[in-house]
Amino acid sequence: MRRIVAILTAAFLAGSMPGPAGTMAAADAAGSGGGAEPPSANAGTGADRRPARVVSTNLCTDLLALLLAEPGQLVSVSHVVHDPVASPLHQMAGAIPENHGAAEEIHLLAPDLVLAGEWDDPVPLAMLESLGIRVERFAIERDFDDARANIRRVAALLGVPERGEAAVAELDAGLADEAPPWHERPVAVVLGAGSWTSGAGTLTDAVLAAAGFRNLAAERGISGMGRLSLEELLLAQPDLIIVGDTYGTPALAEERLRHPAARGLGRTRRVAMPDNLWTCGTPLLAEAVAMLRAEARALATERANLAGRGGR
Amino acid sequence: MTPQRLVLPLLGAVTLALFAASLLLGPAGAPAGRSLAALLTGDNPALALVMREIRLPRALLGLGIGAALGLAGAALQGYLRNPLAEPGLLGVSAAAALGAVLAFYTGLAALLPLALPLMALGGAFAATLLVVGLAGVAGGALTLILAGVAVSSLAGALTSLVLNLSPNPFAASEIMFWLLGSLADRSWMHVALAGPFILAGMGLLLLLARDLEALTLGEDAARSLGIPLGRTRALALGGTAAAVGAGVAVAGAIGFVGLVVPHLLRPVVGHSPSRLLPAAALGGASFLLAADVAARLIAPERDLKLGVLTALVGAPFFLRLVWTTRRRLA
Amino acid sequence: MSLLALDRLTVRRGPCPVVDDVSFTIRAGEVVGLIGPNGAGKTTLMRACLGLIPAEGRVAITGRPLAELAPAERARIVAYLPQEREIAWPITVEALVALGRHPHRRPGARLSAADRAAVETALEMAEVSAFRTRPATELSGGERARVLMARALAQEAPLLLADEPVAGLDPAHALDLMETLGHLGAEGKAVLVSLHDLTLAARHCTRLVLLRAGRLLAEGPPEAVLSPATLAAAYGVSAFHAADARGPIVVPTGRIRP
Repeated sequence: MRRIVAILTAAFLAGSMPGPAGTMAAADAAGSGGGAEPPSANAGTGADRRPARVVSTNLCTDLLALLLAEPGQLVSVSHVVHDPVASPLHQMAGAIPENHGAAEEIHLLAPDLVLAGEWDDPVPLAMLESLGIRVERFAIERDFDDARANIRRVAALLGVPERGEAAVAELDAGLADEAPPWHERPVAVVLGAGSWTSGAGTLTDAVLAAAGFRNLAAERGISGMGRLSLEELLLAQPDLIIVGDTYGTPALAEERLRHPAARGLGRTRRVAMPDNLWTCGTPLLAEAVAMLRAEARALATERANLAGRGGR
Repeated sequence: MTPQRLVLPLLGAVTLALFAASLLLGPAGAPAGRSLAALLTGDNPALALVMREIRLPRALLGLGIGAALGLAGAALQGYLRNPLAEPGLLGVSAAAALGAVLAFYTGLAALLPLALPLMALGGAFAATLLVVGLAGVAGGALTLILAGVAVSSLAGALTSLVLNLSPNPFAASEIMFWLLGSLADRSWMHVALAGPFILAGMGLLLLLARDLEALTLGEDAARSLGIPLGRTRALALGGTAAAVGAGVAVAGAIGFVGLVVPHLLRPVVGHSPSRLLPAAALGGASFLLAADVAARLIAPERDLKLGVLTALVGAPFFLRLVWTTRRRLA
Repeated sequence: MSLLALDRLTVRRGPCPVVDDVSFTIRAGEVVGLIGPNGAGKTTLMRACLGLIPAEGRVAITGRPLAELAPAERARIVAYLPQEREIAWPITVEALVALGRHPHRRPGARLSAADRAAVETALEMAEVSAFRTRPATELSGGERARVLMARALAQEAPLLLADEPVAGLDPAHALDLMETLGHLGAEGKAVLVSLHDLTLAARHCTRLVLLRAGRLLAEGPPEAVLSPATLAAAYGVSAFHAADARGPIVVPTGRIRP
């Protein structure tokens, strides 16, 4: 993570000059409607079209704004991003004041752009729009393409498209690693608090696939978030159990594994991962992929040793 | 009277069949023969683990909690002489749920695995003491019902407050889902915790048979027949608190069982409050076991909650009751 | 033998006593009518005799203080027919009458031959055998009253306290029920019955006890208690007095306002 932040900070320092006029106007025009590349548009005014006061009300837009905004551009972040468990960038967000998504408090900040998530409470957002404030809503990212699109869109809205490209490049660089060294892809399952697991069509699923794992939840027909019974876990005998810890201590996630029957999984390799790395579509996804690739390599080594010792 | 003699054996057979179904059906999808062999002999270690540590405790809990709910419903309806009474009326379920929710909120549930059921049990007994204190020693049926409603409302309000103040959306949804009721992933630990209270509570409630018969004539006439109503009240409230409180502590709030089952079975046992007790216990066990099996078969990946299923059956039941009552009175 | 002996019985509920210093005795073979205006304390007095409400003074049942009797033992000696004719569940008439055998049955035991005989006798005495299998809640008012009387009779208790058992009954059934009470007296049992019909009270009771505002105003044979002066003092009514071969006739005809 520090590697990514360092590169982006360098990009920021290098690119602190206002960009070409065309990019600024394009950033303006690309505002409503979302999407990937900012379309080329007529030459606009100048660097002062970059939004000067940006408020974010959603963890994922917080993270992207923190990584991509100019200093002083981001004036308020959601309260979640200061939570050390939920947010991978809580230190970076340190000094920036937080908001709770209420219309009045945001309006008092006099923002010219509000970044929100599609599942945020629509009532205050609608009120802000009726007061003439620009609100951009971002869909939940379900795979790497969504992540790339949202990174680029935030960058365009903030008026720093080159930083967006740098971030996407960083992400792609992290993903384009060497091929996993085994013939049969191992099966992994992610256990979050309250026995939630991530199935097909989630960022978690994309990260697992990129790291070379099969996702047990997806193979059992779960799409989106779902629940796997302990029975299914026991009979499926996955190769790797990933214990997440969003919004709580790992103890909550591990509660199921304290069930007496879970001793049937006693010899399954387990790893605890801060799943705040893959909650949102940021370049930090590459970190998660890297951690899991390390696990995969360790698994492969284990298998090789077993095969070497006893034969199969 | 001969058909009535068949009622209990018939209910017993149905309960047994549903117990077997609960044992043998599940997401693992193993055929019945293999599951049974694994349960008894232990070969096929993964399946044996599933059968012995997951299915068997779950089936036992379905049996015990269902029986407790059905029996408590029948006992309370007989004691209060009101066919709309149910275990939740006296505030036991709501207070048990509040205890559990507090365990979630304070984080105790994560630290100690037994913290949640123990706090739920504590809530149940506290509610009973409060209801008795409010209604007074001499309080009759109506006063008890009013006190129960007051305690239920208070517990419900506090539970909503806890939900409102929960530190993160995950905790709130955890609490909410727990409240809907479920037997998934319960273990022998839960059986050991709830079992003694359920058995003791049911024992107390079964002692009410004679008292409930006499209460058919009203409280004064019952007392004139020699029924010590103070003891009757203690048995009814204490038995309900123990049996139902333990059930909620382990499985969350499951409604409608204690209301619907005695209603359905009352005509079958000739409306006799004493004969209804064992019948309602078996009927409640069958109902809950059936709901638990249905939860596993209908939409296994969606994790249907027990309380939702029992409510989905219970509400149409009420509609039907209103309909037939209307037709009868018209 | 004295079956019920009240000595200065007083029941307080608030500033004024509801039953105030009442003393009388009922012996075997007597049918005692308890009369008085509404609110005189008749029901309260009966409930106090059973120990259903706390009271001062002394109540003795078959010579023994009420407090010394265990509830089951007391239930074998005193049967109570309350004013409220509550039947909570539609059980059969037969099952309802059998409830009267509670004090004689051990917990969990089936009905013995003696129990069944008592139920039969009670059904016949109250003339409700014809609908023994009907749900008790589907009876007319008169039928219900008789069924509940049968339940009290099934208890086979030497003393019966009946609170307004003839209220709402048609003349035929009212007469039948009072005759049944008379038979109980003839069998050597004792009855305390409260009622408002002065003629029935006069003709079927061996003795009358007149309460007014919680105090015992008069006690004695019906002719003495139902004198014009007493009726004026107790009820504030004037009455037409007559008699036929079977007994006195007392019909209130007008109000006397002080």
